[in-house]
Amino acid sequence: MNYFDHAATSPMRREVLEKMMPYMLEEFGNPSSIHGQGRKARAAIDAARRVIAKELNAKPNELVFTSGGTESDNYAILGAAIANEDKGRHVITTRIEHHAVLHAFEELERRGFEVTYLDVPESGVLSLSALEQALRTDTILVSVMFANNEVGTIQPIEQIGRLLKERAILFHTDAVQAFGKLEIDVDTLGIDLLSASAHKVNGPKGVGLLYIRSGVKVAPQTFGGEQERKRRAGTENVPGIAGFAEAVVLASGERETVQNQFSVLRHQLLTVLDENGVRYEVNGTDGLQHVINLYFSGIEIEPFLIMLDMRGFAVSSGSACTAGSIEPSHVLSAMYGEQERTRQSVRISFGYGNDASQVELLAQALSDVVKSFQVKSEI
Amino acid sequence: MNTRAKAPSETTVVVGMSGGVDSSVTAHILKEQGYNVIGIFMKNWDDTDEDGFCTATEDYEDVIAVANQIGIPYYAVNFEKEYWDKVFTYFLDEYKQGRTPNPDVMCNKEIKFKAFLDHAMRLGADFVATGHYARAVYQDGEHKLLRGVDNNKDQTYFLNQLSQEQIAKAMFPIGHMEKSEVRKIAEEAGLATAKKKDSTGICFIGERNFKQFLGQYLPAQPGEMKTLDGKVMGKHDGLMYYTMGQRHGLGIGGDGDPWFVVGKNLDENVLYVDQGFHNPLLYSEGLLASDVSWTTAAPGTEFRCTAKFRYRQTDSGVTVRVLEDGLDVRFDEPQRAITPGQAVVFYDGDICLGGATIDQAYKAGEVLAYLA
Repeated sequence: MNYFDHAATSPMRREVLEKMMPYMLEEFGNPSSIHGQGRKARAAIDAARRVIAKELNAKPNELVFTSGGTESDNYAILGAAIANEDKGRHVITTRIEHHAVLHAFEELERRGFEVTYLDVPESGVLSLSALEQALRTDTILVSVMFANNEVGTIQPIEQIGRLLKERAILFHTDAVQAFGKLEIDVDTLGIDLLSASAHKVNGPKGVGLLYIRSGVKVAPQTFGGEQERKRRAGTENVPGIAGFAEAVVLASGERETVQNQFSVLRHQLLTVLDENGVRYEVNGTDGLQHVINLYFSGIEIEPFLIMLDMRGFAVSSGSACTAGSIEPSHVLSAMYGEQERTRQSVRISFGYGNDASQVELLAQALSDVVKSFQVKSEI
Repeated sequence: MNTRAKAPSETTVVVGMSGGVDSSVTAHILKEQGYNVIGIFMKNWDDTDEDGFCTATEDYEDVIAVANQIGIPYYAVNFEKEYWDKVFTYFLDEYKQGRTPNPDVMCNKEIKFKAFLDHAMRLGADFVATGHYARAVYQDGEHKLLRGVDNNKDQTYFLNQLSQEQIAKAMFPIGHMEKSEVRKIAEEAGLATAKKKDSTGICFIGERNFKQFLGQYLPAQPGEMKTLDGKVMGKHDGLMYYTMGQRHGLGIGGDGDPWFVVGKNLDENVLYVDQGFHNPLLYSEGLLASDVSWTTAAPGTEFRCTAKFRYRQTDSGVTVRVLEDGLDVRFDEPQRAITPGQAVVFYDGDICLGGATIDQAYKAGEVLAYLA
């Protein structure tokens, strides 16, 4: 299988697994326990917290470990809105967020909050003035993703941070796709809350984090023990957290090399498609180098994805909905409106293990499959 | 051309998997025989309710479980639009005209053996296979559609509109089995669907109340129930809710034989009723049909064969005459409750010759106008 769906999830690095193994087999203690085994587990979490905090230029106690990106998004959005509702009940997000964010906002609507969903132009980048116009005196929270998971576009995080700081409005960013790939400094960017996930950066599944700036009030969403300074109850996923930290160390160290490599692969892919006379358009402006979303006019998405899968290539489109059929992408719909394009676009995302020879194979397979549709539609 | 000559290992078969036991066993058998098998679930209808529950999701879960058990790749494909345009629209149009449509016949013709078949061919498949109780064989230079061996389950009635080209690309691996054998194979293989209840009724309506369902899409016009000689017997809820020979739901009490639907008058919105299961009004001597389709070359301009006028009926002898725009089918014995909109399907022994849609019934050379 030639895997080009790293934005969905990524293979775990062996170095990561090796960091995790001891916490499953030998140092398996519960970090809350007062005995030696417990202390070793606690030490592992604290070490991981320091490593990851450094990556974000945050303080270790500003990080809360969670079960992943979705929990972090839910916690940040519901928790911040509820804890600050005395200041107002208006919140803002964009139409191109991940469902973990959008559906959390829908839940806020059900709980009586007023939500503004900002439109995003074809560029896939939120306009700052649109945000500025939407701000009100009772706005308490704005959530804008760092980089989009489907088209890779990077949002004007620093400008948003500055704008919101002036008005003392909380700023959450879903950085699940950008974390590890881009340098993120929560202080210079003015971020109050940030979600990230381990499995998108070659770490284990089932672990993520929420950065909560010191002093920001967020109401807990899980209730039980006093873990994570009473912010997230439940026994910590010690091996997962240890693995997360190792994945961050690796990602951080290789960041520049890897981004350059993806940029080259991206260029190679498009060049081969051009050489083969494939008609395509890139959706959205350039952003994350490992994500590229291509519109192939004339394809039918379901057979298209199956044909690529049968040839051994994993790519993706939109999101799987009820009973496995494919729903047009809400991100592309937000950018381009309701048109065929939303059902004729494919996301390719590079990652660990991809190289030029694989991309060559992918480009040829894409060319063959796309042309089988495009030739037909021209007759 | 005999398309069935290739070795299994060289042959790719796309199985239409519904999440039921029949299509599960179909996929299992083909895999065991060494075919290159791909399972595809068709989502033709969205029945998601207020709670977000959708039977298609449950069925797809079963497809996933079975596909993983037998070790084949699985996918889903959405034909909601095609189903709506080709099957559901026809279904409503027929009811609007007071007829009793057969959406399963249309679904096989337009969806399973057209949209789905095309989809499978595009993926490079040699055949599509389904869990129908029927057989497709290559005999005497032709692709023939034969009855399923299980007489009680035979589904050729629903497949009567398939053409040579469609049958040539179809496989029905459980057609030579009894239903009990199919269940047994599923159990022995430990398939997740081995004990799953068979689905009943029209697929998009499922277990729901038929009247309520139809009422969501078509305006019901209540009117009078009368005997043919004009005696008012009560009120009906809308002609579309009744079919020929129906006994239940009329609400006519009193002495004597039970009451039955014997006809409809669409113009006057009257439902005709009369007493007795064997009421002569329900009987006819022949029928006129259109939308004729033959599974092989047309059997001639006038010929004798057997026919079914509804699913699960035993065959009756008929003489078929091919008209310019349809068929004239004369019965050897009078037939009860011939229903416009249903299929008449022809057989020569085990071979399903094809079929047509019933338009009118006649008796003594006169079309029975009171039969809608």
